[in-house]
This record gives sequence, structure tokens and C-alpha cells, in this order.
Amino acid sequence: MVAIRFGTHEIDLTDGETVLDALLREGIAVPYSCRSGFCQTCLMCASQGKPPREAMQGLRDTWKASNYFLACRCKPVMDLEVRLTGDLPAPVRARVQSVQPLSQDILEIGLATDERLHYHPGQFINVESPGGLTRSYSLASVPGEDDGLLLQVRRLPGGRVSGWIHETLKPGDTLHIQGPLGDCFYCEGQPVQPLLLIGTGSGLAPLSGIARDALRQGHKGPIHLFHGSRSRDGLYLQDCLKRLAARHPQFQYTPCLSGQDIPPGCARGRVHEVAQARFPCLSGWRVFLCGHPDMVQQARMMAFMAGAAINDIYLDPFNVALT
Amino acid sequence: MSTITPNASLYERLGGAAAVDAAVNIFYRKVIADSRINHFFTGVDMDRQAAKQKAFLTMAFGGPHNYTGLDMRRGHARLVEMGLNDSHFDAVLENLASTLSELAVPADMTDEVIAIAESTRSDVLGR
Ligand SMILES: Cc1cc2nc3c(=O)[nH]c(=O)nc-3n(C[C@H](O)[C@H](O)[C@H](O)COP(=O)(O)OP(=O)(O)OC[C@H]3O[C@@H](n4cnc5c(N)ncnc54)[C@H](O)[C@@H]3O)c2cc1C
Ligand code: HEM
Repeated sequence: MVAIRFGTHEIDLTDGETVLDALLREGIAVPYSCRSGFCQTCLMCASQGKPPREAMQGLRDTWKASNYFLACRCKPVMDLEVRLTGDLPAPVRARVQSVQPLSQDILEIGLATDERLHYHPGQFINVESPGGLTRSYSLASVPGEDDGLLLQVRRLPGGRVSGWIHETLKPGDTLHIQGPLGDCFYCEGQPVQPLLLIGTGSGLAPLSGIARDALRQGHKGPIHLFHGSRSRDGLYLQDCLKRLAARHPQFQYTPCLSGQDIPPGCARGRVHEVAQARFPCLSGWRVFLCGHPDMVQQARMMAFMAGAAINDIYLDPFNVALT
Repeated sequence: MSTITPNASLYERLGGAAAVDAAVNIFYRKVIADSRINHFFTGVDMDRQAAKQKAFLTMAFGGPHNYTGLDMRRGHARLVEMGLNDSHFDAVLENLASTLSELAVPADMTDEVIAIAESTRSDVLGR
């Protein structure tokens, strides 16, 4: 007999019972609707144990890689610890290892955790400031290539947490982080699929991690990275990305500027419009969209209507924190 | 290779869950582009909306589901308040039929799918 754990509840499953039925039988109010494995209302995550494959049918790759499953389809074959996908892992302590400016307003922060964090580049962590505010920052590092975790933090005018990071963080400081979180990352399995990566501002943080991760995992298909900013001082990592393109012929980097002054080597226009003009048909592509929430939503619709499948579009909108 | 028995269900003959996965992107793209009905589909996250369209396609393909007529009434009541009527229902059927034709589904199976969808008309329209 198998059992599931949900918060403080331990539930033994009866023969052939689904996780959803067991939770409802215990009087635990989890969301559900179709009970047939389609509507995804009962989406959950296994933090211990592996859900059976049928419970992941139709889910996007990164959800499968994170042990997401549909509770209404899940008849476990081993004990599982399950949670709702919105519930967060407990905070852990991290130590600042390095602080390095990448441009006028982007700072790279290196962090180390006591216990190694298992993450995919492009996921994010939540950082707690001493003032009690929590902000998300994306993981630009690649396990096996970089030591620890690398963040790229853009300083915003009047930004409370980004200001604190830029002004006060120094090597040796400790802080609390939660994670890894998020479903915007590279999964192996389709090594020749063309990849389109579009980001604005520090949206380059997850995208640079995703591009390097894909290359490290041996991705052979084209990888097109478009980075957008209003003016040239918003561009960063240019040398690093040009070197990467020189080393890997399948990788191409296009900086895009939406302002007036366009230096040679940069494309003119809004980043997703430049990308769309270059690649009007995206049928069969995998698309990653990171940064400004409006760009992400517009580019998502653009990519879908241009032929990319819903499950092949990965999003990381940098939504503004409400507190 | 799987052999298809003559009395296999419509859902199996269409290709099951894989057929739904193949159809959902095409169908959803048509719905978004259709100005007669796309206003019913805004405001819901695209991922969630696509998942609901999979539920819809599974039903229409004669696949396994647990929806009752009452669920269809409740599920579309909000839309009926917004003015959902026969013309919108017909537009959905039209998009469904052209999706199947793009997927090269034979006409007799398309007719079966449309008949299943048609059978929900009064529930969906809350009559
Ligand atoms: C999933 C996720 C991943 C993220 N990853 C990164 C990352 O890798 N690097 C990074 O630098 N940031 C990232 N962000 C944004 C980050 O979490 C904070 O929102 C940002 O640092 C601002 O916080 P703050 O406390 O400094 O500003 P606040 O004190 O909250 O806001 C200060 C002012 O800036 C405005 N503002 C807030 N955000 C923006 C913005 N994006 N553009 C313009 N004005 C803004 C606010 O409205 C306010 O007026 C991410 C956000 C999310 C949700
Ligand atoms: C042809 C017959 C139809 C069937 C069988 C059908 C079936 C369904 C199903 C199964 C759901 C998902 C319910 C859930 O689990 O939440 C759904 C949701 C929905 N349907 Fe239909 N539908 C039909 C017609 C229509 C029409 C004509 C429209 C509008 C033009 C429409 C618009 C919607 C919308 C917008 C939702 C999402 C509702 C929400 O999330 O609030 N449907 N439908």
C-alpha cells in the first residue's frame, strides 16, 4: 500500500485511488474541475517520490522535469510527498561570494549555499532583504560550469531591494533565499529543435543561463538570442555572448535597440518585433520569453500565432512586486 | 503497429490523447483569430485556456471525461450572460470542422465529432 503526505496530513491510499480522491476523502480542499486529466486545475507537485507517467500526460517538459502532475490522474506506485504548485519551499541561507559590475546598472552577484541547490539555469530564487521584502532573481549560472549561483541584478531608480543589493551587498554577507522556482528552462530530448530566446533588460539573466545550458547539454539546432533595450547602455554581456557565438556556430546573438541611436551590429526596433521579422514562421520552434511583462505577453501571442505550440513557449515575466 | 478494430471508439480512431494534443494548437489559434467569438476567450491565461480547450476537444472527440450536462450549463453560464448564442456556437463548430480538415480527418469522422458537439448545444447555451 502506498501513502501520500500533504502538509501535516499522512493519507494511506486505497486500491486504485487517485491522489485527488484521497485528498478530497480527507476533507482537504484542493482545486479540481474535469477529473479527466485535461483542465489542469488539479496540478500539483511531488517534492518526494516520482509520480507515474500517466499523471504527467500533456504537461510541458519543464513541469515534468519538476515532478508536476495531475492529481486526478495520479495513482501513485510509491509514497509521495505532494504540495500545491503555488506553495514555496522553505528558505535556506546563502553567502555572498562575489560582486561584479557587468554594466553601469547591472551587478552580478555570486552566492553559495551550505547544501548544494539543484536547479536549472533560467529558474529563479526569492531573495529576502533585511527590510523583510522578497524579490525574485533569475539564475544565470550553469551547474558544472559556474561555482554557486549567479544573479544579474539591475538597479532600478528608487528600487528598494535592487538598491540594497547594489549599495550594500559584499562578499561574506549572508542572506536568505527560497528556490529554485519557475518553469522557464531548457530540457534535453529534442537536440535539433530551433530555439528562440527573447528578452529585455535583465531578462538576459535567465536567457544567458538557458543558452549556455542548452549548448552544454549538446543542443545542435539553431539558438537565436535577441536582447532588447532602449539605449546602448542597457546592453551588457555583449563580449561574452559574441565569444559564445564564435565558439558555437549554431548560436546567434542579436542586440536590439528601440531608441534612436543605433550603433553598428545592433538591430533597430522592439526586440520581439525584430525577432518576428527575422523568423515569421515558428512552427516547431521552442521559445523562451523573459523580462518586461508586457513584452512577454505580446511576444507570447506573437509566437503562438506564428506557429509555436503552447507547450513550447516558456515564459518568465518580471512582474513587479506588490509590496 | 496498432490495429484498429472496426468497432473501436471514435476517440481511438482519431488517435486519442495525441490527436487532442495535435488539434488543440490549431483550434485555439483559429478561435483567437475569429473576431466573432474571440472576446469570450480573453482575460483567461493562455495556458489554462488551452487546457480547457483540450477538455472541449476530448469531449467532442468522444473521449473519456466526467462532465455532465449540468457542468456544461454551469461552465458556460457566465458566457450566456455575456450574450453567448447560436451564432457563436455555430462559429465554434465551424472552427472545429476546419481544424479537423487541416488534420486530414476523413469526412465521416468529422461528422461524428460535429454531431457530438452539436448534442451539447442546449446545455452550453443554457436552454
Ligand atoms: C520571476 C522573476 C524573475 C526576476 N529576475 C530578475 C533578474 O534576474 N534580475 C533583475 O534585475 N530583476 C529580476 N526580477 C525583478 C525583481 O524581482 C524586482 O522586481 C526588481 O529588482 C525591483 O525590485 P526593487 O525592490 O528594487 O524595486 P521596488 O522598490 O519594488 O520598485 C521601485 C520602483 O521601480 C518600479 N519598477 C519595478 N520593477 C520595474 C521594472 N522591471 N522596470 C521598471 N520599473 C520597475 C516600481 O513600480 C517602483 O516605482 C525578476 C522578477 C520576477 C517576478
Ligand atoms: C460546442 C460545444 C461546447 C462544448 C462541448 C464545450 C466544452 C467546454 C468545456 C469542457 C470547458 C471546460 C470546463 C472546465 O472544466 O472548466 C469549456 C470552457 C469554456 N468554453 Fe466551452 N464548450 C462548447 C461551446 C463553447 C462556445 C460556443 C463558446 C464561446 C464561443 C465556449 C467558450 C468557452 C470558454 C470561454 C470556456 C472557459 C470558461 C472559463 O474558464 O470561465 N464554449 N467548454
